Amino acid sequence: MAFAAFATTTSEAEQVPRRKSPVALLLLLPGILYLVLFFLTPLVSLLLTSFQAPSEFGDIGQYTYAFRWENYVQVVTDYLPHILRSFGFALIATVLALVFSYPLAYFIGVTARRWPLAQSLMLVLVIAPFFISFLLRTLAWKQILSDESFIITSLKAVALMAPDAHFTGTPAAVIFGLTYNFIPFMTLPLYTTLERLDLRYLEAASDLYAHPVEVFRKVTIPLSMPGIVAGTLLTFIPAAGDYVNASRDFLGGPDSQMIGNVIEANFLVLQNYPAAAALSIILMSVILIIVSIYVKRAGTEELL
Amino acid sequence: MTTSAFAAQGADLELVGIQKRFPGFTAIEHLDLKIPAGSFFALLGPSGCGKTTTLRLVAGLEEPTAGRILIGGKDITGQKPYQRPVNTVFQSYALFPHMTVLENVAFGLRRRRIDDPVAKAHEALRLVELDHLAARKPQQLSGGQQQRVALARAIVNRPALLLLDEPLGALDLKLRRQMQLELKTIQEEVGLTFLHVTHDQEEAMTMADTVAVMNKGRIEQMGAPEELYELPKTAFVANFLGQSNLFTGPVVGITSDAIAVAIAGQKIVVPAARAHRHTGEVTIGIRPEKLSLHLSAPADDHARNTMGPGRVIDVSFSGVSTQYLITVPHVGTLIVFAQNMAFGPVAEEGGEVWVSWDIKHGFGLEDEPADTPRFEADTTTRSIAAQRRASLITELEEV
Repeated sequence: MAFAAFATTTSEAEQVPRRKSPVALLLLLPGILYLVLFFLTPLVSLLLTSFQAPSEFGDIGQYTYAFRWENYVQVVTDYLPHILRSFGFALIATVLALVFSYPLAYFIGVTARRWPLAQSLMLVLVIAPFFISFLLRTLAWKQILSDESFIITSLKAVALMAPDAHFTGTPAAVIFGLTYNFIPFMTLPLYTTLERLDLRYLEAASDLYAHPVEVFRKVTIPLSMPGIVAGTLLTFIPAAGDYVNASRDFLGGPDSQMIGNVIEANFLVLQNYPAAAALSIILMSVILIIVSIYVKRAGTEELL
Repeated sequence: MTTSAFAAQGADLELVGIQKRFPGFTAIEHLDLKIPAGSFFALLGPSGCGKTTTLRLVAGLEEPTAGRILIGGKDITGQKPYQRPVNTVFQSYALFPHMTVLENVAFGLRRRRIDDPVAKAHEALRLVELDHLAARKPQQLSGGQQQRVALARAIVNRPALLLLDEPLGALDLKLRRQMQLELKTIQEEVGLTFLHVTHDQEEAMTMADTVAVMNKGRIEQMGAPEELYELPKTAFVANFLGQSNLFTGPVVGITSDAIAVAIAGQKIVVPAARAHRHTGEVTIGIRPEKLSLHLSAPADDHARNTMGPGRVIDVSFSGVSTQYLITVPHVGTLIVFAQNMAFGPVAEEGGEVWVSWDIKHGFGLEDEPADTPRFEADTTTRSIAAQRRASLITELEEV
């Protein structure tokens, strides 16, 4: 048969030329120094602090180096609801941000391709909130959603909310704040992926009997996985450790405290440094585990 | 869904009064076309002639401004691409990069909920001899292999109509020949109707039963490849499908089986059956390989037309044949392909020569002679080189 002649000419993965050069190491040096100084040192210090014991004769806030692993048991028993709540809130906020950002990013990156000017304008609008401090914006939302605000009084007037209900201080308000604040972080990576999306794949899928919903599920979503993974990571990781939205000064209340608020209180108010450090280490490890499982499951290696 | 079963065999395709306008230009003026079931039909034309738009209209990726599209007698104009019993082999192949070769091939079967998609996909991959690479991702395959996967992905669905959008454009010559052969074999085995869009006249002629030459949104001429080559109707066809020497002049004599045309004072005879117009100013032509070169004035022969003397202005050797450019006073430049029966060129550059050809080989065009100059063959070596370069550039850009 005709094909047998060239059936064996398989193309192997490209061989990347390797070369070692002292210049490359030299260029890496500033980065390595920076990481050692500003990442590794604090991390080691944090780890050591998390095992500290209260000093025998000292005041509150005086600790000595020790190996008191009970600190970890203590914080987990004390703050398990906060830990679970943090990841729950972060998860819901990430999903909501994805649901809002995907159509937006698709519109800017695919539908608006024919009008590059409108495309850039819309991108500027997505980034525009960054021109104002996010503390101010969150405070503004506190005002907008306060009990006396137009929105809440209107909702109460049409009986969509009970007359004695509040919005600020509830878990819903915290999730709202997280979603709002992280939408640009979700939209931008999604946009960069969708902007490069080759529409010929979508045409090929519809030529192969896939109706629009199937085209979206089987082709568009898998091809935009790099953006989805990047966006969800950029949202989930900071959201899980966020302590602004859930703070009582902003959108949170006593029932909506997150792990970030607990760490902040332990470090700055209670001066229980080992507890705060242990919580930080736990937060970091759990995020690391969740993220590595997620990235592995998403399987985007060949698309990234 | 109407497409839940395999089509038993290919179906007729009929385009009725198709027109397609895009903002700013008209891609297709008015197109009526009927492709019988089981045939291999080629739409041939230069880039921008509307052939790819025609294909996209049939696939459902574009909507016609006016007209109807029928497959097997059924009007499918309003149907979405996924509802049509049509599959396309795209120029870019458009293999899904996130799926294995096998999943790519099984994609259409799964969408239609056909039993045992994996086994059928393997079968299709065996047909293109790529079953051993089923677990690979498309990026790990060579261009030729990707092309075969794209073909398997389309034919596995047994569409009533298979659309080929210059699928061989990116292949090198050897692979291209092998794929052409393979496509023909598959067509004969499976009995599909093929609609092949190409700008490669040689590909169209070797593969298709029927070729339609498209130009500026219209079909100029349609027929079997030999017929188009032997009897082109218009100057565009005469020069797009191979090369032609064209002359314009008044008809000065007519008999029952031939017409005589005066070209620069010489009487050229063309068989009446091979001439589309028999009165007034007409354009007649002769293919370069039908011309014989003479170093001295040939003896008068009633069965042959003679022209000359002329001067050889360029000789280029291409292995099998030698191409001569000859200027004849008051006629213009003639192009002659001579088989290399002897060593080296027969005529030298600057030499005086005559050309002659068998009366039976001439043809007369249907074009108004006024139209012809815009297609007049510019046959200087430099302009041929420039044309080749331009066509290569467009080819590269399309890929």
